[in-house]
Amino acid sequence: MSDLQVFRQETRDWLETNCPQSMRSPVRNADDACWGGRNWTFKSEEQKQWLEHMAARGWTAPSWPAEYGGGGLNKAEAKILKEEMARINARSPLDSFGIWMIGPALLQFGSEELKQQHLPPIVRGEIRWCQGYSEPGAGSDLAGLQCKGEDRGDHFIANGQKVWTSYGDKADWMFCLLRTDPDAKKQMGISLVLFDMTTPGVTPKPIKLISGSSPFCETFLDNVRVEKNQVVGEVNQGWTIAKYLLTHEREMIGSFGLTDAGSDTLGQIAAKTVGVEQGRMNNPLLRADVLKWEIDAAAFALTAERVTDEVKSGQGVGATSAMLKYYGTELNKRRFELMLKIHGSDAMIWDGADSNGGWVPRSWLRTKGNSIEGGTSEVQLNIIAKNILGLG
Amino acid sequence: MAMVINEEQQMLKESAQGFLAEFAPVSELRKLRDEGSATGYNADLWRQMVDMGWAAILVPEAYGGLDFGHVGMGQIIEQTGRTLTASPLFSTAIIGASLINLAASDAQKFELLTAIAGGELTTALAVDETIHHAPTQISMTAVKQGDSYRLNGEKRFVIDGHSADKLIVAVRTSGNLGDTTGISLLILDRNSAGVEVERTEMVDSRNAAIVRFSDVSVSADNLLGEEGQGFSALSATLDIGNAYLAAEMLGIAQESFDRTLQYLKERKQFGVLIGSFQALQHRAAHWWSEVELCKSVVLKVLQSLDQGDPRSPAMASIAKAKLCEVVELATNEAIQMHGGIGMTDEYEIGFFIKRARPAASLYGDYNYHGDRFALLSGY
Repeated sequence: MSDLQVFRQETRDWLETNCPQSMRSPVRNADDACWGGRNWTFKSEEQKQWLEHMAARGWTAPSWPAEYGGGGLNKAEAKILKEEMARINARSPLDSFGIWMIGPALLQFGSEELKQQHLPPIVRGEIRWCQGYSEPGAGSDLAGLQCKGEDRGDHFIANGQKVWTSYGDKADWMFCLLRTDPDAKKQMGISLVLFDMTTPGVTPKPIKLISGSSPFCETFLDNVRVEKNQVVGEVNQGWTIAKYLLTHEREMIGSFGLTDAGSDTLGQIAAKTVGVEQGRMNNPLLRADVLKWEIDAAAFALTAERVTDEVKSGQGVGATSAMLKYYGTELNKRRFELMLKIHGSDAMIWDGADSNGGWVPRSWLRTKGNSIEGGTSEVQLNIIAKNILGLG
Repeated sequence: MAMVINEEQQMLKESAQGFLAEFAPVSELRKLRDEGSATGYNADLWRQMVDMGWAAILVPEAYGGLDFGHVGMGQIIEQTGRTLTASPLFSTAIIGASLINLAASDAQKFELLTAIAGGELTTALAVDETIHHAPTQISMTAVKQGDSYRLNGEKRFVIDGHSADKLIVAVRTSGNLGDTTGISLLILDRNSAGVEVERTEMVDSRNAAIVRFSDVSVSADNLLGEEGQGFSALSATLDIGNAYLAAEMLGIAQESFDRTLQYLKERKQFGVLIGSFQALQHRAAHWWSEVELCKSVVLKVLQSLDQGDPRSPAMASIAKAKLCEVVELATNEAIQMHGGIGMTDEYEIGFFIKRARPAASLYGDYNYHGDRFALLSGY
């Protein structure tokens, strides 16, 4: 057996022993997932075990270096782990902006000290992170941000307001963009800093969305002390890292367009709900919309796969994250518009056990934000036109 | 299987690109049209393609072929979409070779496939009888009389029907209209007695015909496969054909995009390049995104065919449907963004929209394949 075959067998055996039964099903919604952090209450003993077992091997962050608590796996091994987890339908042990966003940025741009301080607790799910990017006056025009960090020698004093802070009220630390040089050209005076959410002067306040949920906060910064050793990269050079992180975020949100393995496809949901006669769905106009969506969804999933494979083999343009974000989020919005049509008046029920807590209408409304957060569809089209097509 | 093409396939793609750009650009199609070419293609060009081995790519090695696979052949066809090259490559080296390989006996394969690989035989598939593709709606009859069949009926949209050496005809030997059983495949010389070929001048200036059969006698030796059992090979061949039509339409969508993008960077109005207008930038960016999706479905269906994946029929319908949709968007946007000059015959962009629609229509358009995909998915 080759080394990889041995690794696959060992991984399979280990997962068989260590993945609790209830963790072998897809996460139903954001509340069902494990987010970790100081204030986290595990939804079950098995959720806790699953996180601890995986974290002990560094497999919450499989490809991070072992010296920072990661799994230290190479690409082929990480792929095998993913495949073996998918094989038994194992869910992710930890959903984390630390793993998805600030961790990769620290690995690429952070000092040794910052990596040692922050990465291991991220892997163990002990510290939950949030992102302080957007401001009331800086949405699509993010580089126009005004939250200021005044230089006080060994630290900055931060003042201003952030908005759309995902889970700001539940997070332990924030990675935050501050204007640290008010006189520089707008992209040039920005720093990426890290601070504890319990620092005096930090006040997150949940925002209720049209979907009824509150995944976001506005976060007020009132004379918040930020240590200079918590600057990622160089002072006033934060925009480069911010753009790197936005690319990551786009890739993440773009994957929203993909149907989870193991769950019913839209076509299957539609067929079950409205019925099939002589091989064809009863409602021909709905059928036409659903099959068109399914074809686009299949093409999109294959594109995500192809782009990944091209990057691995050194082909491709590499700047396709804007396209994936644009297409994936528009696709997800279409999916939920069709869910409304499939479920008819049932889809209008906002609450109650029969409606799974109004899951369809609430999810439908939530998807409207997909093409706004992480850069609007229009911003993605601008990026494609300028960076890929060279249109000025 | 990784969704990338390998080095050999990349080399074939580049050599096809270079060859077609030099010897068969769009201006050659214009020339064939304006000269009223009898065959609709350039015989010297076809000879060169044969010499490069293109006619042998899908033919197994046992019959003198290269057995290079669909992903490889797909690279060539994609390039012919960029140059709108007319040749027997599709109906002979893809459709003819595939159908014979799937249905015929060893002896027939030895004779016919060897001839195709060597460029000594061209074929045309006669399947549709109605104006919309419907491969089970076959009413043309073949009645067995002793050692031969007597054929009566009419076939439409027969690509290369007026020029091919041999016709492969889907006929009904039993059963009713709409049945899959009872369909048989016969191969016969185009100039057999009782065959009347009417060349139809098509919007794309390419080659098609209506073929009428009146008491045509065909030896039973010319049956491909079992009598009445021809549909599965026919259906598999149509999947292959649709995969290549999708590949050709990918070439069309990309070439019309590239030409339009270039125009957006050259054309000035109101004192600025029209490519600086956000209204056009966003449409171009959306179009580009759709083409990216098309690249994925085309590569996937070609890979599926090479691997004999049981999902190939569904994948063929996904690819054809998606490309039908996007090539329509692409060619419409190409004309609109070119403005008035795009409406002129002198400018080449119009040739792309004119080829796009027959390619989309052949062997089933968006509606046909959307419906088929849904049926295969259980709804």
